[in-house]
Amino acid sequence: MKLNLTAVELGKKIKNKEISVVEATTAYLDAIEEREKDINAFVTIDREGALKRAEEVQKGIDEGKYTGPLAGVPVAIKDNMCVNGMLTTCSSKILSNFVPTFTATAVQKLLDEGAVIVGKANMDEFAMGSTTETSYYGETKNPWDLTRVPGGSSGGSAASVAACEVPYALGSDTGGSIRQPAGFCGVVGIKPTYGRVSRYGLIAYGSSLDQIGPLAKDVTDCATILEAICGKDDRDSTSVKEAGDDFTSALVDDVKGMKIGIPKDYLGEGLDPEVKKGVLAAAKALEAKGAIVEEFDLSLVEYAIPAYYIIASAEASSNLERFDGVKYGYRTEEFSDLHNMYKKTRSEGFGPEVKRRIMLGSFVLSSGYFDAYYMKALRTKALIKQAFDKAFDKYDVILGPVAPTTALKLGESLSDPIKMYLGDIYTVSVNLAGLPGISLPCGYDKNGLPIGLQLLGKHFDEKSIIRAAYTFEQTMQAKSPAYVTERGE
Amino acid sequence: MAKAYETVIGLEVHVELATKTKIFCGCSTEFGGAPNTHTCPVCTGMPGSLPVLNKEVVNKAIAVGLATNCTITQNCKFDRKNYFYPDNPQNYQISQLYYPICRNGKVEIEVEGKKKWIGIHEIHMEEDAGKLIHDPYTDSSLVDFNRSGVPLIEIVSEPDMRSAEEVIAYLDKLRMTIQYLGASDCKLNEGSMRADVNLSIREVGAEEFGTRTEMKNLNSFKAIARAIENERERQIDILEAGEKVVQETRRWDDTKEYSYAMRSKEDAQDYRYFPDPDLVPIIISDEWLEDIRAKQPEFRDEKKARYQEEYGLPEYDADILTGTKKLADIFEETIALDANPKKVSNWLMVETMRILKEKEMDADDITFSATNLAKLIKLTDSQAINSTVAKEVFEKIFDEDIDPDKYVEEKGLKTVNDEGALRATIEQVIADNPQSVEDYRNGKEKAIGFLVGQTMKAMKGKANPGMVNQILKELL
Amino acid sequence: MQITDETIDYVGILAKLELSAEEKEQAKKDMTNMLDYVGKLNELDTDGVEPMSHTFSVHNVFREDVVVNGDDRENMLANAPEKKDGAYKVPRTFD
Repeated sequence: MKLNLTAVELGKKIKNKEISVVEATTAYLDAIEEREKDINAFVTIDREGALKRAEEVQKGIDEGKYTGPLAGVPVAIKDNMCVNGMLTTCSSKILSNFVPTFTATAVQKLLDEGAVIVGKANMDEFAMGSTTETSYYGETKNPWDLTRVPGGSSGGSAASVAACEVPYALGSDTGGSIRQPAGFCGVVGIKPTYGRVSRYGLIAYGSSLDQIGPLAKDVTDCATILEAICGKDDRDSTSVKEAGDDFTSALVDDVKGMKIGIPKDYLGEGLDPEVKKGVLAAAKALEAKGAIVEEFDLSLVEYAIPAYYIIASAEASSNLERFDGVKYGYRTEEFSDLHNMYKKTRSEGFGPEVKRRIMLGSFVLSSGYFDAYYMKALRTKALIKQAFDKAFDKYDVILGPVAPTTALKLGESLSDPIKMYLGDIYTVSVNLAGLPGISLPCGYDKNGLPIGLQLLGKHFDEKSIIRAAYTFEQTMQAKSPAYVTERGE
Repeated sequence: MAKAYETVIGLEVHVELATKTKIFCGCSTEFGGAPNTHTCPVCTGMPGSLPVLNKEVVNKAIAVGLATNCTITQNCKFDRKNYFYPDNPQNYQISQLYYPICRNGKVEIEVEGKKKWIGIHEIHMEEDAGKLIHDPYTDSSLVDFNRSGVPLIEIVSEPDMRSAEEVIAYLDKLRMTIQYLGASDCKLNEGSMRADVNLSIREVGAEEFGTRTEMKNLNSFKAIARAIENERERQIDILEAGEKVVQETRRWDDTKEYSYAMRSKEDAQDYRYFPDPDLVPIIISDEWLEDIRAKQPEFRDEKKARYQEEYGLPEYDADILTGTKKLADIFEETIALDANPKKVSNWLMVETMRILKEKEMDADDITFSATNLAKLIKLTDSQAINSTVAKEVFEKIFDEDIDPDKYVEEKGLKTVNDEGALRATIEQVIADNPQSVEDYRNGKEKAIGFLVGQTMKAMKGKANPGMVNQILKELL
Repeated sequence: MQITDETIDYVGILAKLELSAEEKEQAKKDMTNMLDYVGKLNELDTDGVEPMSHTFSVHNVFREDVVVNGDDRENMLANAPEKKDGAYKVPRTFD
C-alpha cells in the first residue's frame, strides 16, 4: 500500500474496508523497519504490541465501537508521554528502564478513538534542544537531507511523519518543539493554547509552557487529531474546557476579511533571505484570497528568549529533581552514601544539555538571585503577553517564519548553546504568552529544504489559524522528500 | 554577678488534617496500612503525574484560620520547596511561602491565672512526607509513601512565648481549638500534631532578639518542656563563655535528654521556592468564608459557660468536661439520650477520670459509647442495679463498651427487691451475729452498718440497700 | 556576572550534580555567558508589573474528598531500582 496517505485518508480507507487495520499497521511497521537505519525517529518500536492492538481495533471497528476518523490509524507518540506498560525514556539514560503504570490523557483519548501506537518517537533529552541531537539514543536525521537535523525537540515525531513511517504523531511544544521540527521536516504541527490539551502523563519540562499537539501531513489531519485529544481533564488542574474546540469546522477555504499582521520584528536581522521570501509569498497568497495583511511592530521580541530560558530552566530544575535513583529509572552502580548516590545517578543519567539547564535553573532560583532573574522573567512574560494582546486587538492572526533558517547540518549548532537558543526566537514568545500556533510548509529553499510558515492566534482561537492555514494550503503544491518518493510513495 | 536572661520562643506546629484523602490525589489517608499500599503516581512522584487540590483541605485550613483570629488570604497560591530527601518523592514539597492561606492571627492563653495573647504569623497548607524505616539487616533505609501527600497545615507563631509553660498552654489551646473543629485529632505521640521550637535568649531588658535555633523531634509535651530547658541552658552557657550561638536546626533526643545539630555539607538550606506551575490560584470569596464561619462549632470557652448555665455544673466540672473534645462529645451525646446531665457529668468526672488515671490513658483514648453510658444511668435510675454493681458494670463498659442491659441480665446482677428473700437472709444474718445485734440495741448505731454489709455479702451485692436497712431496723 | 568555582560547587549541591573538573570549567563558561545574555532583561523597565505565572485566569480547581485509588503497590514498585518488604530501598538515612 501507499504510505503517503494522510491520517484521515487512511482512516477512510479502513472504514470503507479497502484496507484492514492489520494490513495498514504491518505496512507502516515494515517501512519503519526499513527506514530506521537512516532516520532513527524511534526510541522504541512495538511491533508485537501494535499488531495485537491492530487486531483488537479492527474488531472494535467491525463491532461499531470505533467510528471516528482516526480509528485504526497507526501513530507515533513522543517519548515524553507515558503509555502504560511501554518503555518511556524522554530520550534520557536516566529513564532507560522506566515503564509507566498509566497512560497520558492525550494518548488515552487517541486510544479511545481506536489509535494503534507503533512506537515511541525520539526527541531531545527531556525536550531540551532544537535538533534532536541531545537524545541519549542517537540523533534523528531529516528525511529531506540525511546530513541535516530534523529540528527538535519533537524531531522523531516530525521525521517519522515526513519519512512516511507513520501517518501522524504526537509531539510536545515548550518553546517551539512541535512547530520548529514540523517546519524543518515539511509537515504540519499545532501547538494548542496552553490548557487546551491535558498535560497529565506528559513528563514535564517547563510546566507553565508545555503543551501536547499533533504533527501530521496536512492541516485537516492536525485539526482532526486536536479535536480528539483536547478537553478538560480532572487530573490536570491547568486544563480547561473552552468553546471553539470544533476545529474541523474551521477547515474552510476562505480568509476574506481576515486581518493578518506580520511583526516587522520577525523579518529583521538573522532571518535567512530565502525563508523571508517564502514567508512573504505566503502572506501574498493569503492576501490574494481576500485577507487584509499588514506589517506592524510587535515589540519585545528580543526579550522572549532570555525570559523563556530563565523560566523554562527554573521549572525544569525542579521538575527533574524527581529523577534520583530511588523510585524508578537509572541508579548508579556504586555509591558511598545517599547523597553520593543522588549525585552519581544524576550526573551519569543526564546528558550535558540537561545538566546545563538544571544548573542554570537551580542558580536563578537560588537565594539572592530569585528576584533578579526568575521574578524579572515572570514580569517580562506579563509584558510579552500584553504586547500580543495589543496586537490581537487589531489582528485575527499573526503570520511569520517558524525559524530563522531551514534545517541545519547535523552538529552545526551544538557547540554554541546560545546560538542554538537564538533559533527559537520566533517560537518561544508564543509559549510565554500561552497562545496557539500552527506551523506548515510554505515553500522550499535552493537546497530543496522546506520553509516553515507560522500562524499565531488568540487564546483558544485555534480555529482562525486552522482556517488561515487550510486556505493557504490550498494554494500550495506540497512536496514529499526524495527519500520517500524514491521509495515509490 | 550572673546576668539575667529571658527565653524567647516561637513555634512551628504541623497538624495533619483529618481528610479522607490526600491533599493532591485520591489516595486514602488512613493510618497504619502495609507500606506503600496507599500510594499512586501522584504521591510517589511518578513522571507525568500532576497534583489536583482536595477542596476539604482548604475548608479545614480556613476553619482553623478563622478560629485563631487570622486574616484569610483570599487569593492564595502554592509554591514548591525544593530539597532532596528520599521521603520527599518529587524532591520538592508543595507548600506555601508567598501567599499562605492565613496570616496575622492570635490566640489567648492562660498561665498561672495570667492571660496573654500569642500572635500567629501565618498558617500555610502543605503535603506531608513519606516515612523512612531503618532496616538493620541491610543497614539501609526503606521508604514508605503512605504518609506522602497527607495534608498538613503549618501554624507559625510569633516569637511571643517566654517559658515552657506558655508553650504548653499555647499548644494545648491550638490542640483544643483544632479538635473542636474536627480538623484533626492532634495527637503528638502519633505525629498528627508536631511542634518545632525556635528558641533564642537575650538579657532581660534587651530589645534585639538573640540568634535562634530550631529544635525538631519533640513528641510529647514533656519532651518539649525538657528540650526548652536544655536549649535555654545550652545557649546561656555559650553566651557566658563569650561565644556566639549558631543559627541551626537541632534534633532532640528525649531518651538522652540532649540535642545535636543536624548539619551536613550536602544540605544548603536553600529551598529555591517558586510558584508551583501545576496548580492554579485559590480565590476565596466572601461567601465561601461566610459559609465556613457559619459552620464553626461551639468552642471550649463558650461550651464551658453553657455547661454551667444550662446544666448547673460547677465551673471545675465544666472545665474538665470541655478539656477534651472527646469528653465533651460523650457528655453531650449521653444527655441527648435523655440522661440527667448531672449524673452523666458525675460518671465522667469520677469513675472515668479514675480509670483513665489508673490506666495512664488520655481522654482521647476513650472508646466507650454514649449509648451504653446512657443505658447504665437508666439502670441505676430505675434501681434495677445498685451503685456498687453499677461501678463494676461501668468498668466493663469502659474496657469493652458492653451493652449494660444485656450484661446485667446475663450475669444476673439485678438488684433483689423480693422482700421475702431479703427477710429470710436478714433473719439468718441476725441469728449469726448476736454480738452486733446486742451492740445495736445498746445504742451503738454503727453496728447496723456491719449487719447491712453482711447481708449484702450474703446477697452477692445485689440487694436493694434501702430495703435491707428498712427490714433490718424493723426486725431489730 | 562572573561565575566562580564556589558558585558551581554550590549549585552542584542544590541540583545534586557532580561535575568533573572539565565539566566544571565548561559549566562556568556556559553559565557566565548565559547570565550575561539573559541580563538583557535588565534593559526592560518592569516596575509595577505583576509577575505572571499563568496566562489564563483559571482558578479554584479542586477534587472532592473521596477515595478513588486502591492498592497498586506491586505495579508502583515494579520500577524501583531496589526494593524490600514492599518499600523502596535507599542508602541509610539515619545517623
